[in-house]
Amino acid sequence: MEVRVENIRKEFERFPALHDVSLSIRSGELIALLGPSGSGKTTLLRLIAGLEAPTQGKIFFGDDDASYKSVQERNIGFVFQHYALFRHMTVLDNVAFGLKVRPSSRRPTKAEIRERASKLLDLVQLSGLEKRYPTQLSGGQRQRVALARAMAVEPNVLLLDEPFGALDAQVRKDLRKWLREIHDQTGHTTVFVTHDQEEALELADRIVVMSQGRIEQVGTPDEIYDTPVSPFVFRFIGQSNCLKVRVANGEIWLDDRPIGLPAKDEAEGEALLYFRPHDIEIRDGCGGCIAGVVAASRRVAGTRHLELEIGNGHALMEIELPPERAAAVDRSRLAFRPTKWKLFRE
Amino acid sequence: MAAQTRKSWQFRRPSVLPGFGLALGVTLFWLTLIVLIPLAGLAIRSSGLGAAKFWALAADPRTLNALRISFGTAFLAAILNVAFGIILAWVLVRYRFPGKRIIDAMVDLPFALPTAVAGIALTTLYAPNGWIGQFLTPLGIKVAFTPLGIVIALVFVGLPFVVRTVQPVMEEIDREVEEAAATLGATRFQTISRVLLPGLAPAVLTGFALAFARGVGEYGSVIFIAGNIPYVSEIAPLLIVIRLEEFNYPAATAIAAVMLILSFSLLFVINLIQSWSRRRYGYGA
Amino acid sequence: MAHDTQALAPGNYARVGKATTERPLARWTLIGISLVFLLLILLLPLAAVFFEALRKGPEAFLEALADPETFSAIRLTLIVAGISVPLNLVFGIAAAWAIAKFEFKGKAFLTTLIDLPFSVSPVISGLVFVLLFGSHSILAPYLQSYGIKILFAVPALVLATVFVTFPFIARELIPLMQEQGTSDEEAALSLGASGWQTFWYVTLPNIKWGLLYGVLLCNARAMGEFGAVSVVSGHIRGVTNTMPLQVEILYNEYNFVAAFAVATLLALLALVTLVLKTLLELRYSAEISASRRH
Repeated sequence: MEVRVENIRKEFERFPALHDVSLSIRSGELIALLGPSGSGKTTLLRLIAGLEAPTQGKIFFGDDDASYKSVQERNIGFVFQHYALFRHMTVLDNVAFGLKVRPSSRRPTKAEIRERASKLLDLVQLSGLEKRYPTQLSGGQRQRVALARAMAVEPNVLLLDEPFGALDAQVRKDLRKWLREIHDQTGHTTVFVTHDQEEALELADRIVVMSQGRIEQVGTPDEIYDTPVSPFVFRFIGQSNCLKVRVANGEIWLDDRPIGLPAKDEAEGEALLYFRPHDIEIRDGCGGCIAGVVAASRRVAGTRHLELEIGNGHALMEIELPPERAAAVDRSRLAFRPTKWKLFRE
Repeated sequence: MAAQTRKSWQFRRPSVLPGFGLALGVTLFWLTLIVLIPLAGLAIRSSGLGAAKFWALAADPRTLNALRISFGTAFLAAILNVAFGIILAWVLVRYRFPGKRIIDAMVDLPFALPTAVAGIALTTLYAPNGWIGQFLTPLGIKVAFTPLGIVIALVFVGLPFVVRTVQPVMEEIDREVEEAAATLGATRFQTISRVLLPGLAPAVLTGFALAFARGVGEYGSVIFIAGNIPYVSEIAPLLIVIRLEEFNYPAATAIAAVMLILSFSLLFVINLIQSWSRRRYGYGA
Repeated sequence: MAHDTQALAPGNYARVGKATTERPLARWTLIGISLVFLLLILLLPLAAVFFEALRKGPEAFLEALADPETFSAIRLTLIVAGISVPLNLVFGIAAAWAIAKFEFKGKAFLTTLIDLPFSVSPVISGLVFVLLFGSHSILAPYLQSYGIKILFAVPALVLATVFVTFPFIARELIPLMQEQGTSDEEAALSLGASGWQTFWYVTLPNIKWGLLYGVLLCNARAMGEFGAVSVVSGHIRGVTNTMPLQVEILYNEYNFVAAFAVATLLALLALVTLVLKTLLELRYSAEISASRRH
């Protein structure tokens, strides 16, 4: 089901957590709310669920205004970071809970409840563990029970709050792939909160990047990574370099020299140049480039990261090269030029 | 390897801290002197009676009635304490209202107030012409000098046991579990009755057992309000005192032994349930 | 639909975000039940003590307190508590040191034994000493020949009180010291401190508030104990009557003002205990045992 958030504002004791946020979530998509802690991503998720009341604004499920509905009436599925399983109930009873508490007019028969719960446990690959209690399961298994429990009520939307946050790195990676598979099979509209950009990039159809209670950018992983619209997104997603430059005569200048980047349509004056460490080319002769001394060199997976001291009080520049290329450079003077970049005004 | 396995049985794990011998020595000496020897004395005296005599004394109708009244009223009072104690603990943990801190401190009053003082105060209140009794008399309810009075006194002494065992467990309830229940469509009542209260069961059981055990043995607060009519409102501890005053030591010993056996077996059963729950659910109290 | 128009009223988020609380009506009902219950069971009895004591005016109250028998009851209560509490203090520290700082076989069993007096009726706690020292006991001939009087005298009162208050201090200290572990002591020893120095300068400062808390509870019970003391005292007026026993005697003689006058002293003791206990909990809750069970 489509979910729309319109002009939502939320204050906690006069402290604003969300400023006028609007967002449209398409039916059946897997969308990530990504941001650092305090960015308001969990608050937005809890507002959609009805676990918090907004200070202002509306939330629509399809064409239905859900703004004033209680959490019980919204029929959502929520998965918590720390599982929040009912520890005195078996795995099967946990999954069946949402169906058992329905008013008798809408409650399936006992046999149907059992069957649906078993099917869901099948889906999350936990068949055979029906009679276990939550404390007898591993973290990854518990989170799968929690997901099955949330899906049992056939929710309008699945909301996941840092679902892999409490798990080990390896389990996280496995569950990530597995969640994508489940989503593709069931097609639930799914919103998940994460502070892990890798997780968001790998898993989501679209990513909502949030910072300080505002949405910075909404887009596909490619859009977010390749064309960040703000310095924040540039810095927060992936690696980036930021350089203080000046635009003059249709060119970008670093201190008193042009660096060979045209900027015909840019206004004149001070600006910040952002580029990614791998979006560069090494220049041999330097007719317009950024040049510096290699201050440090680190091997990171398949590439080598070089840190360049470019003088004049500028921050260290980080560039990425294939290891054999990095071995061949002149460490006392290395010149390069960004191939993809973006200017932001302060 | 083999040498290590053989050495693995040791009375205590080595430690650099000194004073183990002294501390354990003092502990065992004092424990033996104050608790074990006197209780052993009771055991020896009652086994010295011989099975037949012991049985005759224990099965005396007045004794049986006193035991029934003691255990019955203590059970009822513990049930009431569970009901009100859960509400009270919930109110203290979850709600904010003026005077809450004082109320919280007051819950411990029965621990601090000597039982004799509680006894005479409750009797004065619940007597037919007392502050509370005067409103109950026209309704035909007699509290003081009836078994109901015993229950009131035992509710007084047992209350903090339930509140103080349940309260810390309630404080640790994970809010997310409640939210999870709500997102699954459970009403507040369903969340409380199906999710929260079952989770509290081990703590409630412990509180019940403590209040019950205390109630069975309680003497000071009960004797004033009970009226102490044999077969009706005479509690077992009082009957022990009466037998002692008659210098009927065998009878006193037999009643005491029966009480101790019943209390200890009850506590033992409750401990079994707790450890079973801990094995099964991974938590207990 | 009337229901819908109400739901769409602007700003009506009343039902949103209330997953972990009850509706105001339920909330105030529960608070109301609690307050009425506490009023009937705890507060009114406490108020009644003071009211009854002052029923005939302050003069009658003071006169009742000035009675020499009452005075000797106060003295005896102080003596009994003054002996029992320090004895249990030494025992409590020793037991906590052995149980909390060392691992040994049978530790759980020892802990259970220490708790034993909690589940024994006070009357039985008294009875065991009557059986041990009474005229029918094995010890009686020896005691008689040496002219030692235990039963119906101060020694029996002390023994019964020690039995009843036996677990209080140990129970406060054991969880506290277990939580603190042994690393502080090990550090002190590695720096060359002796065992006693380590205890005195490292362990004791760490447990002082928990210790005080335990002493407070132990003392309240020692001064207020009724059942056990009643069985072993023999009720000799002015000689073996503690304050709670004096209350009983005066009450049974229908001397209500005097009974309640002595009771006010005990009630004040309880209130002071509660206030100190609360203050300790508020200020040093981290340094007092995490479990507030008794």
